Amino acid sequence: MALLDVTNLDVRFALRRGDVQALRDVCFSLERGERLGIVGESGAGKSVAAFSLLNLIAKPGYIAGGSIHFDGQELTAMSDRGLRHVRGHRMSMIFQDPMMTLNPVLTIGEQMVECLKAHRRISTKEARAISLRKLEQVQIPSPSARLDQYPHELSGGMRQRVIIAIALLLDPDIIIADEPTTALDVTIQAEIMALLLELCEKHNVGLILITHDLGVVSQVTQRMLVMYAGRVIEQGPTREIINDPQHPYTQGLINALPQMATPGARLNQIPGSMPSLDNLPSGCAFHPRCGFVARADGSTRHACTDEVPDFVTSGNCRVACHMVAEMLDRERIPAEEIR
Amino acid sequence: MTTTNSSMAAAPVASRWSRFRGSYLLYSFKRDPVAQLSLLVFIVLVGVAVLAPWLAPMDPYDLAQIDILASELPPFWIDGSDPAYVMGTDAQGRDLLSTILYGARVSLIIGFGAVALQALLGVSFGLLAGYLGGRVDAFLMRLADIQLSFSTLMVAIVVGALVKAAFGGATYSDYAVPLLVLIIGLAEWPQYARTVRASVLAERSKEYVDAARVMGFSSRRIMFRHILPNTLSPIFVISTVQVANAIISEAALSFLGLGMPETHPSLGSLIKSGFDYIQSGSWWITLIPGAMLVILVLVINLLGDWLRDVLNPRLYKG
Amino acid sequence: MIAFLIKRLYHALLVMFVISIIAFAIQDNLGDPIQQMVGQSVPESEREALREELGLNDPFLVQYLRFAGNAVQFDFGYSYTFNQPTTEVIMRHLPATLELVAASTFLIIALSVPIGVYSAIRPRAWLSRFFMGVSIVGISIPVFLTAIVLIQIFAIGVSVAPFPADTGWGAWLNEALSTDGGMPAYGRGDPVNVFGTWDSNFASLEGLTYLVLPAVSLASIMLPLFIRLIRAEMLEVLQSEYVKFARAKGISLRRIYFIHALKNTMLPVITVGGVQIGTLVAYTILTETVFQWPGMGLMFLNAIQRSDVPLIVTYLMIVGLIFVITNTLVDLIYGLVNPTVKLTGKPA
Repeated sequence: MALLDVTNLDVRFALRRGDVQALRDVCFSLERGERLGIVGESGAGKSVAAFSLLNLIAKPGYIAGGSIHFDGQELTAMSDRGLRHVRGHRMSMIFQDPMMTLNPVLTIGEQMVECLKAHRRISTKEARAISLRKLEQVQIPSPSARLDQYPHELSGGMRQRVIIAIALLLDPDIIIADEPTTALDVTIQAEIMALLLELCEKHNVGLILITHDLGVVSQVTQRMLVMYAGRVIEQGPTREIINDPQHPYTQGLINALPQMATPGARLNQIPGSMPSLDNLPSGCAFHPRCGFVARADGSTRHACTDEVPDFVTSGNCRVACHMVAEMLDRERIPAEEIR
Repeated sequence: MTTTNSSMAAAPVASRWSRFRGSYLLYSFKRDPVAQLSLLVFIVLVGVAVLAPWLAPMDPYDLAQIDILASELPPFWIDGSDPAYVMGTDAQGRDLLSTILYGARVSLIIGFGAVALQALLGVSFGLLAGYLGGRVDAFLMRLADIQLSFSTLMVAIVVGALVKAAFGGATYSDYAVPLLVLIIGLAEWPQYARTVRASVLAERSKEYVDAARVMGFSSRRIMFRHILPNTLSPIFVISTVQVANAIISEAALSFLGLGMPETHPSLGSLIKSGFDYIQSGSWWITLIPGAMLVILVLVINLLGDWLRDVLNPRLYKG
Repeated sequence: MIAFLIKRLYHALLVMFVISIIAFAIQDNLGDPIQQMVGQSVPESEREALREELGLNDPFLVQYLRFAGNAVQFDFGYSYTFNQPTTEVIMRHLPATLELVAASTFLIIALSVPIGVYSAIRPRAWLSRFFMGVSIVGISIPVFLTAIVLIQIFAIGVSVAPFPADTGWGAWLNEALSTDGGMPAYGRGDPVNVFGTWDSNFASLEGLTYLVLPAVSLASIMLPLFIRLIRAEMLEVLQSEYVKFARAKGISLRRIYFIHALKNTMLPVITVGGVQIGTLVAYTILTETVFQWPGMGLMFLNAIQRSDVPLIVTYLMIVGLIFVITNTLVDLIYGLVNPTVKLTGKPA
């Protein structure tokens, strides 16, 4: 059994006009020390997926069904106190914008020490020593001075290093990083990503990396999920998906990369935009933008507009697409059996 | 020419009406019973105040109608009341219901008048400060800072006291309504000026203003045709709160003897004149006008709260 | 730090300069000291001589400089009505007002912080809704009316009998709704002298009872504003990324609310609230009038009614000074609490 097992996760937002489903049937797993990428456009549900793992979704949102199994425990059934013990301790998070993530009125040291003290019975002195060691690990210049500085005295890149240090404080099993470099300068992005990768490898920490940057995913992760409109549509080993994407949407994403375009020609955009979650099209949510609803012989594949596609196995990957299923002519795998 | 004009004018009115009907403002109003009730009460109160000369049983300004023997009669639900005076009478024998209706009229006139003046001053100064910047901005905003740090009530009291000392009590009483409008208007303009200036600064940096400038529009045109419309919703929101504040300020000034004279009372001066009789047990002379004042101010504040929740994009997060 | 202080001091002096010009203009235009000194019967030639002697015919600037020079030494002349130096009159009335403001400030802080924080943490709880409802009603009641209602209920007493008195429960409800009154609501009673001219209501239990009603009504004007302000700021802070991050770190909710959120909430509250506490002085004019509390506010109103111009001018200068001092202190405290202000005058 894997370290983390997510099955049929269903997350909804209770709005006045009724529930809106933000995640449907999301399934994935993570082995110890494994690095998983979650890719998709903004609004696809990547961040919701990340936040729901620790039950940290903002208020009208709630977990409506499914299970999150982590190291022998069921997180969805856990009390708040129990979850608090997992948060920051066994699974920690790195947020998107380092300028907003640290509390402006507390020193770096206070924000690190409180995290250690929340999970371990140690003295402030010991906690500061551990914090200092972690700051050294993230290669911050003059780490001992940083402990008594306030966030505003540090640059964005340095703050993200501090946040990585906080995430590593209690030697967690998994780090969930929600677009950890998007808000940074391009020159610093690569540095931070390399640091994160190095630390995860060195300490055998699992990483769930949420990003829309396929380049980063291919460099850092071993496996990946592609999400569209609250659903996982393709998952498998990163290299296989990048080299040979099956789902038309994944193909579109990869073709849209600037390096895939012919110099001088227009970029290969996917036509249209992602539907809003409270107004999903029937059948496959991608069908209005998909070029494969019509078969090569000109006939329409009605399944695309009528039925929600199930997963089919293609090589080491799993894809939810009627076209792929038809082409492979394989037996369909019901969603419950996918691990 | 005129016919085409009028027919063309009709079209935008109709579309504005339909736009209003489909608006979020109306949608949330329909779902908010507190706002509905507040608006209803407000309309009723303004209605009876405006129609006071026709609705009131007697004219409190007419000395001939006053019966001094009927003074300090209690309202109808207390023993010893006179059915001719539903809410009882005050110490001078005036029908309390009538004085309250006339008093509410005076309070509302001063409240709305003062806010109109505040808005005129504040919006002009705010636009000037925000658009011109530099020394004009620094001077106006420093002035607003000083005035606000003194609290508007303090400024109103001091200005009121000085005006009264300068003109003498009798003249002050004769011109009390315009003077109070002037005093409260002068005391509270900084609220508007600050808000308008902030929105102007925010709007000014947006691209459409640059575009207008590139196209060679004059500063005045840019200010009034392009920037001002975008500051309207915060102006609208503060205006409701300011009307409530102005009514309270007027009442406070009148209570201190710096406002409406007792011969021509507002709600505040009614409360003041009744306060002298509270020790003798005639609580209604002061508390019934007081209740009227509170209800009036409360419904305006509730409407203001609702408007702020609906119109303020910072609070409107779904 | 020193640069910050110098900048604040410069601001304060500028404001005091503006106030002094206004005060001088009032004195120059409204008061005729000759009239007050000698009365009607003295012939015009003698008045003119006196005017010359007092320097009242000097140019504006000379007169203003004389006024400002005296003002710096707290010399504003004599009060017509008290026949004493105005500063002495003010100093005698100052303690009563300051004690009233202090008691109200204490009430405001002690109540608004817990209520504001609670209604931000539990925005949907019925108690929060109740507090918000009460606070909007509170904002809508003018301070003098609150005072009058308090006097009626707690000083005069209310006796109502809406329920049948012949039944046990009716009599009990009637009793519960009625009050005996008897709370002191007139003046300060017999305050205990603590030192110099300072008579204090805090020094005895009896003195405190005189303070209760005035302090509560004065607090009632600011309390709803503070509750709403604290709630709004706290709600916004609780939405912030750093609070989410603190939750992701596994910090206890109590620590998140009271260390992470409260400290950030208090920053804007200090700026807005500190200034508001200063403006309480303005509202003392109303409260003191209702309760005949012998402080500066009541004195000021009497001075207006008797056209005691030197006393009015002194009051304005002293109150201006109090405002300037509060504002400076508030800025200083804000700078000390907020680490992003390096006390150089420029927020980082």
